[in-house]
Amino acid sequence: MRLAILDSGHGFATKALFALIRVFSGQPVLDVIKLVKYRADFYGGPMSRVTHGAMRGPSAWSVGDRELMAALVAKTNECTWCTQAHAAVASGAYRDAARVSAVLSDLETAPIEEPLRATLRLLRKVTREQTVAPEDMRAVLAAGVSPEQIEDALAVCFAFNVIGRLADAFGFVQPGPEAFEAGAKYLLARGYR
Amino acid sequence: MSDITQARRALVARILEERGEASRAQRRAAFDGAGLPEPLRTLIDKVAKYAHRITDEDVASVRSSGVREDEIFELVVCAAVGQASRQYDAALVALDIANGKDGHAARDS
Repeated sequence: MRLAILDSGHGFATKALFALIRVFSGQPVLDVIKLVKYRADFYGGPMSRVTHGAMRGPSAWSVGDRELMAALVAKTNECTWCTQAHAAVASGAYRDAARVSAVLSDLETAPIEEPLRATLRLLRKVTREQTVAPEDMRAVLAAGVSPEQIEDALAVCFAFNVIGRLADAFGFVQPGPEAFEAGAKYLLARGYR
Repeated sequence: MSDITQARRALVARILEERGEASRAQRRAAFDGAGLPEPLRTLIDKVAKYAHRITDEDVASVRSSGVREDEIFELVVCAAVGQASRQYDAALVALDIANGKDGHAARDS
């Protein structure tokens, strides 16, 4: 990572926790964990409450749908790290990796429900163009998505527009696929707290 | 619904208003993406607009200009949260208008 403090500036207890993670998972500690554990009162703590609420709070969207939204937002921002990480979580949640890769390779032809497709299109536009018009919202509502579902999707969009920027700015190191798999299992079992 | 309103407000209040290594004025400037000197300005601008294009040199030159790593950490976080907040707020206003509500009144904290 580009800041040495994020790699090795943690306190003793956190370093001990990292050692435990390495032993029990058999994988290196993911850089996103190092980030949220560094001076957690500033960013990691308050942000985890946002992310956990968006990704695991009550919603008409499934966990798989929300992880897929996260992966698509990451892909739109060209954040390879987050795209791979959340494609792995979405694939695990759906138990369907083909569905996830179909959406990430071509949203328009992927075999998914139209309300989800319309919502993913909206998130892509918010992320790419920074803003959307009421007509964009009307198109999603007309596809059968409720205003509450749109808000929930925008919450996911917010969280991953923050996290993806940090992953790229701080230069998260790309681990092997096994590390993302282990991370995905953890996130499906425990969430983002 | 998931409702992140309170949690998001707490995040923004923490990074902008409470104690930090960077000054409150600098953190606010990074959040708003305006009013920072070079080379910090370039880094913060990239965080908001195209973070995937940030290079080792972008960060190294900020560090060489005398900005400490803890300050860089805070300012990059502020820039990312600021940009994501602008997107999110604009989208909520559009949703409220589409939904027949007065955006500002409905979302006022």
